[in-house]
Amino acid sequence: MSATIDDATQASFARHPLGLTLNGQTRQLEVLPWTTLLDLLREHLDLIGTKKGCDHGQCGACTVLLNGKRVNACLTLAVMCDGADLTTIEGLAEGEQLHPMQQAFVKHDAFQCGYCTPGQICSAVGLANEGRASTTADIKELMSGNLCRCGAYSNIRDAIEEALPACRANAGQGGGQ
Amino acid sequence: MNPFHYSKPESVQDAVHLAGPASRFIAGGTNLLDLMKENVTRPEHLIDITGLPLREVHETDGGGLMIGALVSNADLAWHPLIEQRYPLLSQAILAGASPQLRNMASTGGNLLQRTRCYYFYDASVPCNKREPGSGCPARDGLNRIHAIFGASAQCVATHPSDMCVALAALEAVVHVQGRGGPRTIEFADFHRLPGDAPERDNQLADDELITSIELPATGFAEYSHYLKIRDRASYAFALVSVAAALDLSGPVIHGARLVLGGVAHKPWRDKSVENALVGKTVSRETFTAAADALLRNAEPLEHNAFKVKLARRAIVRALSDAALGGQA
Repeated sequence: MSATIDDATQASFARHPLGLTLNGQTRQLEVLPWTTLLDLLREHLDLIGTKKGCDHGQCGACTVLLNGKRVNACLTLAVMCDGADLTTIEGLAEGEQLHPMQQAFVKHDAFQCGYCTPGQICSAVGLANEGRASTTADIKELMSGNLCRCGAYSNIRDAIEEALPACRANAGQGGGQ
Repeated sequence: MNPFHYSKPESVQDAVHLAGPASRFIAGGTNLLDLMKENVTRPEHLIDITGLPLREVHETDGGGLMIGALVSNADLAWHPLIEQRYPLLSQAILAGASPQLRNMASTGGNLLQRTRCYYFYDASVPCNKREPGSGCPARDGLNRIHAIFGASAQCVATHPSDMCVALAALEAVVHVQGRGGPRTIEFADFHRLPGDAPERDNQLADDELITSIELPATGFAEYSHYLKIRDRASYAFALVSVAAALDLSGPVIHGARLVLGGVAHKPWRDKSVENALVGKTVSRETFTAAADALLRNAEPLEHNAFKVKLARRAIVRALSDAALGGQA
């Protein structure tokens, strides 16, 4: 988005300090007011795991965990994340050890093209943190904010169903609060 | 998105003193930022209110609840006191948006979300709500999702909120603060009909900030139901929605609330229809008569006459489900 506003104009607006914990690391940054969290991650921090799908909060490809809660990074201003604990898809694994939700997505082949997958996985971890899904129907309803244009929904649902107990036991990992 | 200045005040006083015609308050930002990306809204200054102390839910002396304007939609829907005493409100909130958006969106912001009329959202076409006096392509255009009640020659948009339909049924009170001090607005008066000023969705002045929403003690917890009809099973705006709440003694109705969403510029309620239900016995005939009375004055457009039929059936089903205990 900042690319559409020329340098001279940008220079006439104040940059704001932004301190956050990003995938476990403390970061101190400066941002222009209109930079979204999604653009900060992808364009400024080279964390391109989080995807830009619709950029309007309709597809869920940009889902990240903000203080353990799933949010759309495309509709979040970076400047408003000061002090936050942010987890992206890059921060879920512990070294080489995949997060249980990642393992389940691999096991169930819960993707085709993979573009929606980081958002699906972060959203599913957020779902586990919420602790509100107890049936298959709950999982379907509470994953409605993540679209998959390949239509891998049945495998995504199976993966989440299998991983939920392990994720709940591990709540606290992956930004779980 | 246009460039804008940003500030983050630490008190409500400071926030309302910063506000003006070219500024907007931002909390969840889920609708505002989307509108800014579409160039529908171009504020010069965003006032971030997320640092204000408006996140509490507490009980009032009158037995109701006071909900801070910054409580997220998800936290409100899943708050134990809301689930126990105002299940209608929980159901309505959970029927709206997606889990991500409900985590972000605030209680106050939900009231202020703008119509999803596609002409309003398309900055390349006229729209009286976006550019007063430019015209309304929806009135004679693709108006399948538009109003069947209370529209004007200038605007046929609907209010998109589910939460507000339940708040109207519960007779919530909106607490606001401006530079002149605080005031309260009855929920029924908060949103406007479009009339000849469709650019104004509600009664707030430029400097006024919603600080809290008050729920009266009566929550219709035993017999209420929120029914939402949409084009897909989840994550879509209502074509028609119904908030139905009953006060029953056996099969006899002592009180009723009946509010429609997706059909007007504000949650649509007719108290005479509710009053006519009092003293009647729960039955399909009773509820059908109420639906017919409420829909008698509907004014459908070329492409949305289906909403009248849909609303009639939805009202009967919502009232029936409410009478069964709302768990259907």
